[in-house]
Order: sequence, then structure tokens, then C-alpha cells
Amino acid sequence: MVSVPWHSRVRHYEAELRSCRAAVASVDFGDYHPLKPITVLDSRSRRGGRKGSTSSSSSSSSSVAPDPLSSLLEGTDPLSLFAALSIWSSMAGCKRNINPDTQTCTTREREEEVGLDFEPWAAKRGEILARFTTTEKLSINLFMGSDKSKASSPSSAVSEKVRTRLEELDDLEEGSQREMMNLSQQDYVNRIEDLNQSLKEAWSSDQKVKALKIVIQCSKLLSDTSVIQFYPSKFVLITDILDTFGQLVYDRIWSMCSDPHSLPDTFSAEDVNDTAKETCLNWFFKIASIRELIPRLYVEAAILKCNRFLNNSGIQETVPRLTAMVRGIGDPLVAVYARAYLCRVGMEVTPHLKDSLNKNFFDLLASFRQIHGDAVQNQLVLQRVEVPVYLTLYSPAIHWILQCVAYRASDVLLTEMMERCKKLGNNALLLNSVMWAFRAEFVAARATDFISMIKDCDETGFPKHLLFGSLGRSLACADPPESERLPILNEAWKVITKVRNAQDYITCAEIWVEFTCRHFTKREVNTVLADIIKHMTPDRAFEDAYTELHSVMMKILTYFHNFSVLFSMEKFLPFLDMFQKDSVRVEVCKSIMEVFIKHQQESTRDPVILNALLHVCKTMHDSVNALTVEDEKRSVSLLINGFIRMVSFGRDFEQQLSFCVEARATFCNLEPVIIQLIHTVNQLAIETRRVMGGSHSRKTAAFVRACAAYCFITIPSISNIFSRLHLYLLSGKVALANQCLSQADAFMKAAVSVLPEVPRTIVVEGKQRSSESFLLEFISSFLSTLLVVPDHPEQGVLYLVRGLLNMVQDYTWEDSSDAKVRVYISALPLLAAMSQESYLYTILNVDSNETLYGGDPKFVAEISRLCETLIGQVLDHLKTLGREEGVHRQGSLAFSLFSCLLAHADLRNNKLNQLAVNLWNLSHKNGQCDTRISVRTLEHIKSQAQHSELSHLSDMLLRLSLQSRA
Amino acid sequence: MSAVLDLKLKRANKVYHEGEVLAGVVVITGKEAIQHQGISLTMEGFVNLQLSSKSVGVFEAFYNSVKPIQLINSNIEVAKPGKVPGGKTEIPFEFPLQVKGNKVLYETYHGVFVNIQYTLRCDMRRPLLAKDLSKTCEFMLHCQPQKSKVQPSPVDFIITPETLQNVRERSVLPKFLIRGHLDATNCVITQPLTGELVVESSEVAIKSIELQLVRVETCGCAEGYARDATEIQNIQIAEGDVSHGLPIPIYMVFPRLFTCATLETTNFKVEFEVNVVIVFHDDHLITENFPLKLCRV
Repeated sequence: MVSVPWHSRVRHYEAELRSCRAAVASVDFGDYHPLKPITVLDSRSRRGGRKGSTSSSSSSSSSVAPDPLSSLLEGTDPLSLFAALSIWSSMAGCKRNINPDTQTCTTREREEEVGLDFEPWAAKRGEILARFTTTEKLSINLFMGSDKSKASSPSSAVSEKVRTRLEELDDLEEGSQREMMNLSQQDYVNRIEDLNQSLKEAWSSDQKVKALKIVIQCSKLLSDTSVIQFYPSKFVLITDILDTFGQLVYDRIWSMCSDPHSLPDTFSAEDVNDTAKETCLNWFFKIASIRELIPRLYVEAAILKCNRFLNNSGIQETVPRLTAMVRGIGDPLVAVYARAYLCRVGMEVTPHLKDSLNKNFFDLLASFRQIHGDAVQNQLVLQRVEVPVYLTLYSPAIHWILQCVAYRASDVLLTEMMERCKKLGNNALLLNSVMWAFRAEFVAARATDFISMIKDCDETGFPKHLLFGSLGRSLACADPPESERLPILNEAWKVITKVRNAQDYITCAEIWVEFTCRHFTKREVNTVLADIIKHMTPDRAFEDAYTELHSVMMKILTYFHNFSVLFSMEKFLPFLDMFQKDSVRVEVCKSIMEVFIKHQQESTRDPVILNALLHVCKTMHDSVNALTVEDEKRSVSLLINGFIRMVSFGRDFEQQLSFCVEARATFCNLEPVIIQLIHTVNQLAIETRRVMGGSHSRKTAAFVRACAAYCFITIPSISNIFSRLHLYLLSGKVALANQCLSQADAFMKAAVSVLPEVPRTIVVEGKQRSSESFLLEFISSFLSTLLVVPDHPEQGVLYLVRGLLNMVQDYTWEDSSDAKVRVYISALPLLAAMSQESYLYTILNVDSNETLYGGDPKFVAEISRLCETLIGQVLDHLKTLGREEGVHRQGSLAFSLFSCLLAHADLRNNKLNQLAVNLWNLSHKNGQCDTRISVRTLEHIKSQAQHSELSHLSDMLLRLSLQSRA
Repeated sequence: MSAVLDLKLKRANKVYHEGEVLAGVVVITGKEAIQHQGISLTMEGFVNLQLSSKSVGVFEAFYNSVKPIQLINSNIEVAKPGKVPGGKTEIPFEFPLQVKGNKVLYETYHGVFVNIQYTLRCDMRRPLLAKDLSKTCEFMLHCQPQKSKVQPSPVDFIITPETLQNVRERSVLPKFLIRGHLDATNCVITQPLTGELVVESSEVAIKSIELQLVRVETCGCAEGYARDATEIQNIQIAEGDVSHGLPIPIYMVFPRLFTCATLETTNFKVEFEVNVVIVFHDDHLITENFPLKLCRV
């Protein structure tokens, strides 16, 4: 083993720093921001404000200014560019909304007649399907056979034998009559879906007539009102088929016209060729000859759009005719849904044709009596359906019709419609839809009127809680006049509180909570909560209403951001207690914490908030168990951490510490929270130090020691080894900063003793990775801290450094890894720094080794010995590498040792000098060295050599040769 | 497939009037060249009369006289004997639709006992050992629009138990009052039949209200005639117990082919009627009949 005596280079840190530093140009913080495009507004005034900058540097800073990032982006950064864009587009959107009723009817504007604020049918669809269900058995009667058996059919009176081809349209498969009985709802849905499929198949296999037959048969099902509760859903399913059909026909004719080039979107009938017209006309003739009223109506409505191919006024003429045709439907429910379909198609195809929409509504009013007629009543008795249930079946259709009618309609028209509704008896059903579909502002302005109308309604008809629900929905979006608000709430709640059925009650109450929160204070909300608790507690009714209760909670949280107010509501916590199912409870707690973190601006010490939130957080924490997924844990931890960060007792540090102690006990299962707590306590210690100006009194000294103790006993409970290491190091530094030497020592020792436990691989983001780089990183950081840690009086010199190096030696590094040697090399700078007379950095009020030993030669000698050993180890390792394949590694290791020597060793010493030259040669021997780095190193040496005390480097420079790549 | 013959008319709807020219192409497709002995086009128009089974026995003597009445028959040559090259060959043609003498071209009409049909046939005569090729296509003939203005002659009607004829027991009839009107009984064939109907009152619930379009065909004149009414189509305009007092639209499109302008000739007649049929819930059936006169403008 070659032993090279170590001599550290004497460093003059201050002088070096001065020589390295560029000319100082301080910038005012006020107007400087690194991301801001650099523009000099008033260079003269700024120049005055600069300290220590010469005029030349200031002028250069303003002229050199173009910063590459900002010049790339032409002066605006992407974020502000986006922001500007979105403002622009929203402005454009506004403009569009302001004048929707332009007279000229270019298609562009026509399309805009239906804006984004129109709730599309697709949104209603799912809602209806989910709401109107049945457990009764359904049947599909597909009358695919010709109805020869129907003796009473008037057609047979004229001619029994002869059938025209037109009538044969009714057969799908000759003579077959398929009736499927006893279908469950799901079966029914599947069957309809099958029909939809077979429609598409028939179409694509060019069996157009069969496709038409399927559609006709399907729409025939709509005239059947058995199992009436299911009717709205049936309507949805079947109109889906009709939509498909309409689209198929339209596309087909469209494609016939698109030869040789496709039609523009704004085409008129003149652009359509004769063949396409003829085909289109054929469809209409076929449909016009459909025997039954309801299929004829629906199918013609489905292909309404195709009228565009025939003539330009076709749609305008057809819609009113179809509207009038609906009058022929006797069953009011069937009729109202047919109207809804017409409105829907009308809105889609010609949204500007308001008149027929209105006509639909007025016709509906005219035939409104039918709903309470005998025929209906008999049917209800037969099917054992109660009137309130029956009436709610109308809601989706009337909602939709009114929504179409009311969309962007004038207040005058709305008022007229309302008046007409008022005149009818039994108008609760209409009233409900009016409140639902008319503009919220319109309803809100007349809320008092509505309430009195609702009161006048018949008790046995439409359920009142639904009426109040609809009113509440409008009031949640628009504000009624200020003076009416309290009476409205009182009136409404009077009715709501009388609702018996818990489910009905909570559906309605949930809606009204928003209105209450929006306009009233905690007192009223508290009352409302009390009422909800009162209603929902009996028979544990809340168990079936968690979604609604959660929504109540969310609404309260949306409007009350002040948590001291929130928790001072008497009923808030009891309300929270109603969430008894664990999963729901945790969700609610999460929402509360999310709102808290989002809206709590400043830290708090309010005991009410703390207690309540601690309780909330504990609930979340307790939900975590062995089966909880990682993400869930993370999100819960994040929320709890947010809470902990928001807690501050100001100058009352002891209180804060005791809070942390309590929190640690409460949240012991969540590692991120524990880590956060350690950080908080460390921060507390540093804060104390800051308050005391660096020197502790007896009391604060005891306190920071307590903090250190807290950290020391908490850290071992963390399982992640690197978190533990870093926290030890961090806490050690904090302890050191607070002059707790023995504590700091303990932390360091603990860190060193944990090192051997570091596994060779760790899991990072779900992947196995070698821990080596993390470990090296930590050790470097640790080493740099060790410079300021004073030696323990009872232990040997450099006790910690030796301890660390021993651990490194004993650690089972990966085979074929240079990590150990790299640690050795990185320890050299530390040792060199330690042998200086004054250290690079020290801690205020802590005596480092420099003062302890005062540059004692024995101490320096000890360091040199250590260095010697290290270099020896490195050189040995280099030798072994030379024998193996690792010439590349040998080269780079040699080079890093060379750099280290260059920077930290006194190269006036011949042996060291020789070693350095040897290392240089070794690193270049195999041509594994990056030439650019070599060149740069040489340049560096050259510039260093200009300093008087480093002039020996120029001699060495002559001996370092650059290897030309042969 | 050696050769395929096809006929294509220029007009997509294949509707022509007297004096116009049928324009189109004869399309011949074949892999190889086709030898032929001339290609010709024949235009034919016939009235086919048929007697209903009810009438046959009575008018047996008359039977023979019911043979197709030829309206038009003319022939042109499209190509002289020769060869058509392989691939697709289109030979355009123009064929004037002209009648000889004082014959009248009636409108195309497909009925039960009366059929008026026009066809265009293309024949390709081929030498020995090869089959002659032939292709027929039907075209529609619409008669010349009527010169004089059509008087719509609207009709109002009221149906009550008292207005009914052919009732056996008037006493068991329920009370009802149905009022309505047809906008025209002299109808333009391309325009729909329109009107309104109001159920003012009815004791018994209504099941259905329908419009029944009926053709009345009469064959033969001199020795006697057979008159038969058959249904063309039946259109429901109300289903279920409709709202009383609310007008329900009457609307029916006249189907193509199965209707034509009302026709009266020496040998046969084609007339149309519409029935308003009201079916009550107890399956009582009331029919109100309105003769229509269809014309073309």
C-alpha cells in the first residue's frame, strides 16, 4: 500500500469568495421578478437606487436584457397568454348571449339560438330512466302480422280479400304476431335495445322497408299505457330508436346529394338533386300512409329534418301540423309525451320556430282537463296507481315542453303562460313544471305569489313537497327581493316540516338549505339543521338519506367559510353525528377539511375549531386500516397536514408543543402526519431561537431540549428509512442551532447507527430502485454538517467522522459499485476543511472544532492520518479496477480523486504532487476521459496558477499532458 | 353473365306528360363485344279491366269484351344490326310521347279492377344461339293539368244519431254530436285532404276516428256495369277518448299510383270517396261518406 502523507491546502475562504464573485449588482426587490420580462422603464431613476453598481454595468444590464425565455415567447409568458385568451373568449360568449334574437336567419345564428345554457335532452334522459322504474311485468306486443283476425277493423268491412301493398307495410314477417309477455324491466330494456340493433342491421343490409316496420312497431308501443309507471322510461327508450332512424334516413339522403361534392351545411332545397328528392318524397309518402295515428306522428317527427331536402318551408309547415295532430291522442299522458317529443325535435331542427312550441303548450292547457277525466281515473284504479304518483309521471314531459317554451322567452310571454296556468283547476302539476322550467329569476321575483298558489293547491293531487322542492331549486339560483326572503323561508319551511315521509322530507329540505345558507345567518341555518335532525333521527331514517345529508353539508360548507361560526352552531356537530356509516362519515369529514384548507386564510388557535377539527381529523385517521389503499392514505394525510399547518398558538410555544404531542398520539398511524409533526416541532424550536435572538434563557433552553426530545422519540416510529435519516440529520442541525450539543450528538449518532439498515433497493413510485444514489446524497449532506459538529469531550478526536466512515466500510455495498470509494473521496474535502484555521461556516454560539482544538498540530496530524488511510483505500481500489474490465470506472474515479487533490491538497508537497500527476495520467491512460473536461480542468489550473500562493501549479501544469485521441 | 341490358330514364320520378319526350339511355354491359341484329325501343300503354268475382257469373257474356285497351304502341330503332364493344356502352335515346289519332292518354293508375300502366321496353335481337335480351321499365303518365280553376267546394257536416241512415235500432244509439268540415271535396291530387273535426259531446267514449280513402271502380257501360268500392288506405286521426271541444285536424295525403285524377270514360270509371269513421268504445261504428273529385292542376 502506497502511503502518501496528507497536507491540506490552506484556504482563505473570504479571499476566494471575493475573487470568484462577479461584480455585484443588487436589484431592488420591489420591481424585480425573475419571470418578468425585463424592461427598463426609467433607467435613470433605477440607477440612482442601485448600490455599488457602476454606470457601465447598469447600462449593460438594460441592453443585454433580452432573456431567452421571454424573447422566445415574444414578451408574454404562456400562462398570461392563456389567461388573456380565456378572458377574450368569455367576452365573446357574453356578447353572443346578449343578443340572441337577431332577425336574420343565417344558419350560424340559427344554431346559436340554442346556446349552452339550454339543458339538452341527453341530460334528462338518464334521470328519467333512473327515476321511473317498475317491478311489474311488462309485455311487448309487436304486431308484425297483418291484422286479419281483427273482425271489427273497418277496413275488412269494405274488402276482405284484397290488400294493397301499402297495408302490407304492417307485416314484418308475414302472419307473425310476436307478443312477449312477462318481461322484467331489464328484459324490456334489452328487447328494445335488440330492436335498435336490428333496425341498424336492417338498414345497413339495405332492407329499408323492414327498418321502417321496426320503427313503426316500436312507436306503436308508445300508445300502450299498461304499467303506467314505466311509461316515461319507455318513452326515452323508444325515442332513442326513433332518433337513430331519423339520423339514418337523413344521412342516407344526404349522401345521395353529396355526389359529386357534398352539400354545404346551409344548403337549400334547390341544391338537392332529383334522385335524392324522389327518395325523400318516397319516405314521406310511406309514412303518410301509416294507419295508426301515434306511429305516424312519431315517425314523421323523427324524419322532420329531412323536409329540408324537399323545400325550404317544409319544416315550418310540418311542425304546426304535427302539433295539431297530437290533439287526436286521447290519452293525456301519451299526448303530453308526444308533445314533448315534438318540442324536442323542433328545438333541434328549428329552434327559431317558437310559435309551434307555444301552441303545443296552449293545446296542452286546453286538454288539461283530460288528466282528471273518468277514463284516466278508471285506468288508475285498474292499475292500482295513486293519483300523486300518476301526476309525477307527467313532470319530465311538461318540464321539457316548458323548458323549450321558456327558453329565452320574454317575460311578457312567461307571465301570460303563468296566468293561463293559474286559471285552470288542479294546476299543481303545471305549477311545478313552471317553477322548474322558467327562468330562475322570473320565479324568484314572484316567489311569494308562487307560495300562495302552492298553498291553494288541492291536497290530494300533486305532492306539495315536490312543489316546494321546485320552488327551492329556483330560489337557489336566483334571489327573491330582499324583503320577501324571510317570509318565504318561513312559509316554505312550515310546509316542509310537515312532510311525514323522511325521504320526501330530506329531498325537499336539502334544496331549501341552499336558500337558507345563501341569505341568512347561522341562526336560521342552525334552526334548519335542528329540524332536519329531528326528522331524520326517528327510525334511523338518515341511513337511507346519506347522499342528501352529504349534499346539505356541502351546501353549508359552500356558504360558511368561517369555521368558528360554523362550529359555534349548536346543531352542526350533532348533524355531523348523523353520518354513522363509516365510509360516508369519512367522505363528509374529507369535504369539511378540504373546505377548511381552501378557505382558512390564517392560522388559528380557537379551541372550538381545534377541538372540532381534531375530532374530524381523528375520524378520517381512524378510517385508515391495513386494507386502505395508498392513495386514500395520502389524501387523508394531506388533509390532516393541512390542518396541522394551520394551527398556531402564536407565542405560546409550549401550548403548541403540547398540541403536537396530542396530535402525535391521535394520528399515530399516518406516517406523513408524523413527519409533518416533527417538522412543525423543529420549526417551533427554530422560531424560539429566532425570538430569543440566538441565545436561550434557561427556560427556552429547556423548551428547545424538550422539542429535540420530542423529535428524538418520534423519529424511530417512522418506517421509511430515508425519512428517518433525513429527519435525524435535520433535527440534529436544529438541536445544534439551539446549542443542544448532547442532543445533536445523539441525533447524529442515531443517524450513523441507522445507516447499516438501509436496504440495497427501495421502492420509489411503485418501482424497485437501487438506494445507492439516495444514500450517497445523504452521506454527502451528513458530511457537510459534520464540519460544525464539535467533538464530544469524552470521545476520541473526530469521533463521528470515524464512526460514519466505519459504517460505510462495513456496509454491504452492491458488488461492482464504487460507492464506498466515492464516499471516501467525498470525505476528503471535509477533512481538508476541518484542518483549516477558520472554518468555512460555523453556527452562532456553538464552538466548532476550530475553536476547540485551535489548530492543534496533533489534531491536524490526526486528520492527515485519516486522509492517508482514505487515499490508500482509494488507490487500492483503483488497482483492483485496473485488473478487471473496469478501466472506465478506474479512469473516472482517478479523475475525481485528482480533482479533489487539486482543490483541497497542498500540492507543494512533492508526494502529493506526484500522486496528482499519476492520477491524471491514469485517468487518461485508457482514453476514457472526456476531453472537454480535461481541457477545462487545465484551463482552471492555469488560472489558479496566476495566484501567487498557487504558483507551483504552473510547474505541475507542464507535467500534465493532454492525451490526443489516437 | 355475358351481357346485361338496362334502361335508364333521365327523370328520377319517371313522371311524363303527353307530348313530352322520354329521354334516357340504354345501357349495355358485357365482358366481350356483343353481336346483335338491332336494338329497338317499344312504348306501350294499356288499360286492364278485370271483373270482380262477384260480378263474373252475371256478366259472363260480357266477359270477352273486357280485354286490354291499348292506348299507345310505338316503336323506334336505337341501333342498327352490328356490334357493341365490350365494357359499358350507353346509347342515349329520345322517344316522343305522342298518340296517334284521337286516342286519349289516361293517367297511370293501379287499382283492383282497373289498371292503367305504361311501359317502355328495350329489345336486343341477337343471332342464332344467343338469347334475345329484353328489359322493361314502367313510367308514370300524368294527364295534362286541368285548365279551368278548381272550385274547392268545401263541405260542413254534423253527425248525430239523428243524421244517421241504415240504422236498425235508433233507440240503443248513444247520444253524440260531432261537427266538422272538409276544406274541399274537389281536391287537387298533389295536395292533402284537409279539414277539421270536433267532438262536441259524446255519451260513450270514443275509441278511434279514422279516415278511409275508397276507390270506386266501374267497368263496362253499354250492356251493364260492375261497380266495386274498395279501400285504398285507412288513416287514424284520433285514438282514444279525445278531448271534447278541441278541433282535431283531418289530414290525408293521397297516395301515388293508387290514386289518379277522377276518370270517366266510355268503358270504365275511376272515382274516389272518403269515409269519416268513428268507432265508439262499445265498437259501434259510424261512417259518414263524402264523394271526392280529384284533379290535377
